[in-house]
Amino acid sequence: MASTPLTYLNHEHSVASWLLTKDHKRIGVMYLLVVTLAFFVGGLFATLIRLELATPAGDLLSNDDYNKMFTMHGVVMVFFVLIPAVPAILGNFVLPLMLGAKDVAFPKINLLSWYVFVIGFLFTVYAMVTGGVDTGWTFYTPYSSRASNSNVMMTGIGVFITGFSSILTGLNFMVTIHRMRAPGLTWFRLPLFVWAVYATSLVQILGTPVIAITVLALAIERGLHFGIFDAALGGDPVLFQHMFWFYSHPAVYIMILPPMGAISEVIACFSRKSIFGYSFVAFSSLAIAIFGFLVWAHHMFVSGISVYSALVFSFLTYAVAIPSAVKTFNWTATMYKGAIWLKAPMIWAISFLALFLVGGLTGLITAALGVDVHIHDTYFVVAHFHFIMVGGAVMGFFAGLHFWWPKITGRMYSEIWAKVAAIVVLAGFILTFGPQFILGYLGMPRRYHVYPDEFQVLNVLSSAGASILAVGYLIVGIYLIASLFKGEDAGANPWHATGLEWTTQSPPLPHNFEVQPIVTREAYEYGTQEVTVG
Amino acid sequence: MGDAIAVRGGHGDAHAHHHPDLQHHFDTLEQQHEAATLGMWLFLITEVLFFGGLFLAYMLYRVWYPVAWAEASRELDIVLGAFNTAVLIGSSLTMALAVRAAQTGKQRATVVWILLTMALGFVFLVVKYFEYKEKFEHHHVPGPNFVFAGPEAGPAQIYFSLYFLMTGLHATHMIIGFFIMAVIAWMAHKKRFTPEWYTPVEITGLYWHFVDIVWIFLFPLLYLVDRAGHFA
Amino acid sequence: MVGHISPKSTYYAVFAALMVGTAITVAVAFVNLGSFNFPVAIGIAITKATLVVLFFMHAKYSSKVIKLFVGTAFFFLAILLGMTMTDVLSRGLKTYPGGAGGSGYGERAPRVPGAAPAASREGQH
Repeated sequence: MASTPLTYLNHEHSVASWLLTKDHKRIGVMYLLVVTLAFFVGGLFATLIRLELATPAGDLLSNDDYNKMFTMHGVVMVFFVLIPAVPAILGNFVLPLMLGAKDVAFPKINLLSWYVFVIGFLFTVYAMVTGGVDTGWTFYTPYSSRASNSNVMMTGIGVFITGFSSILTGLNFMVTIHRMRAPGLTWFRLPLFVWAVYATSLVQILGTPVIAITVLALAIERGLHFGIFDAALGGDPVLFQHMFWFYSHPAVYIMILPPMGAISEVIACFSRKSIFGYSFVAFSSLAIAIFGFLVWAHHMFVSGISVYSALVFSFLTYAVAIPSAVKTFNWTATMYKGAIWLKAPMIWAISFLALFLVGGLTGLITAALGVDVHIHDTYFVVAHFHFIMVGGAVMGFFAGLHFWWPKITGRMYSEIWAKVAAIVVLAGFILTFGPQFILGYLGMPRRYHVYPDEFQVLNVLSSAGASILAVGYLIVGIYLIASLFKGEDAGANPWHATGLEWTTQSPPLPHNFEVQPIVTREAYEYGTQEVTVG
Repeated sequence: MGDAIAVRGGHGDAHAHHHPDLQHHFDTLEQQHEAATLGMWLFLITEVLFFGGLFLAYMLYRVWYPVAWAEASRELDIVLGAFNTAVLIGSSLTMALAVRAAQTGKQRATVVWILLTMALGFVFLVVKYFEYKEKFEHHHVPGPNFVFAGPEAGPAQIYFSLYFLMTGLHATHMIIGFFIMAVIAWMAHKKRFTPEWYTPVEITGLYWHFVDIVWIFLFPLLYLVDRAGHFA
Repeated sequence: MVGHISPKSTYYAVFAALMVGTAITVAVAFVNLGSFNFPVAIGIAITKATLVVLFFMHAKYSSKVIKLFVGTAFFFLAILLGMTMTDVLSRGLKTYPGGAGGSGYGERAPRVPGAAPAASREGQH
């Protein structure tokens, strides 16, 4: 073999060359490391929760400790895994390549956003190891502002800091997409992943500041005894909920839009077909981002808001489901009469479709005002959002990770183990969260660790499923790491995919392209070439 | 899909390619300038929503407690508030003129206008200090030492919580602006800016104007509630 | 090559307009317009802010993208304020004793412990 080609991985080796890098690809890899660590931490809390819930009595953890477990599970998974995962890891790595650019618009700010993320994570971890926080990841007042004795302020500060990471990433991506597209790369020739990341950036920029001010106001209320949410002064605790959910609902679209973008790429490639209804899928990303800001009070139907307002929010929640449905139909239509190539990324993508469908439909169930009165704060809601967040967002992330892994590392992973892991995760997931729908419908409240005996069977099934799920994720970690040492060379385009990122070597050059690409074709021209694959 | 046909961009405009201020991932100075201003505008959008949360709280409670709002607002000194408004608007003018000086290559004028902006901002903060001091002496700082005569004491404390949060957050942004302006003034003093590249001055200007806009809203909302005695 | 250069006269004119606006705001505040004091004050503030955005911040001479972004920011701020107020203003509307009759003042506010009841219509219940 000739001398090793220059890549972004091997051209500099020192620790400083990583920690002071301005290369979006290295920053993406660094995000992968921290997010994986966060996933483990969040998973640890989940393990303790499911262990406790295997028996009806509160025998493993005290009441307060259990409160801390579900709180910290939520905080870590929401803010340090789901929000950054696809945008900061895959987006950072792939976006400039997809656009034919040398880097993002503001490389130094990109590095700063990683440091801000790490500092926020450290603050939050510190809060957790020095006593934890027990308010629920939703931090509702007045418990969080007046009564809780746990590390609310420290966690709030950690969340506040991390929010800036999200804002800076979104800002960077938006400017990059607006101003750094390759010649000929018009908006409607963009891969749908770019549309998804753009819509996500919009949400990050508009929504994150509101949670920042909410958490800041909460911290000041707690620390300095200001009284914005204090009922004893005439304040409104529901105001906190309005401010909190104005961000936290659009936040779930930050979590799902980029994985949906990855799914579009994977399904097109492994159906060997252009995405059905490209412009509908592109506009649906924007529609989800915009409509997503109009529905937040569906989390507050039973908090004492006006019933008229609740009706409006319920109606709008049905409206926001429409663009998601459009995407689901279009992905399915893409697969119809496509030449399905069943590689690991496609298995993750198909699992995504099934699980996201269930999650989405159950979202419609919870959106019905009358029904929600009964299932709010039960396991039905917990199951619904885990189907979307884990069955949807995490599966979508894995689909994208398995799709772009060869580009990021230059290596192929074990296809057999990847398929095994995908099946194990799918089975484990369904066993974990399927029973929770039934539990919720039967009335088991969420955030309780003591429950009536008749719920035990379903809970044991759920906990058993969780152990299978954990094994599945571990298998993924093992073969991906193994691929770094033993994986075969991927080559520039192992999937024969379209997209500018596949026209350059794997791993890419430090400056991405030898010559500036010029785009003359549409996004998914799979039909124009015939390939034979093994 | 990509057909890498020709080398373009970086080697096209020889002057721009070798311009010392052109960053390597951009093709032209113009692209770089547009990216920077777009980025700063996006950041300012986040600031609109950041302050927006407090405006929401303000609005909710003003609707609920018009009497408390009227009484508490009258505790603020309208003369100082109006004076500060004029000072800050003046600093926006000097900032706009600083950007213009940088655009037209007038290095010394840029420094002078920026320093004037900082001076006016400093006056604003000094006045603010005296206002806060007076609030402290009257026990209008929310918390355990809060005192307010009459039945509206509870909501009045909410008013003052918002007053300090909003003006405090605003003042924090001004202080950050000072540091940024100090750096920009130094760079201007070192003749770093040219009519081809004055981007840092422009985006600093955008930031400072935003700070002014926030105050344009804070002044009537905090100082001018029911000065005509409609509610109380 | 980069950016629009405004004449100094533009800046001075805007400055003058902003000062006049400030003076008007203060003067009108002392005139009892009832419920209209608030919209008038906000209207003047919005006008002043628009002048700053268009001329001091050069939005008038900037790309369509920037104009779109500025509009977007205030649109979503309006959503935040507007949709929350639909809740606040209609709580208990015609469905709860003491609930809103529609004007949004006084009697709909929660009773603060220990304080005297709000003036207007509480005593009727």
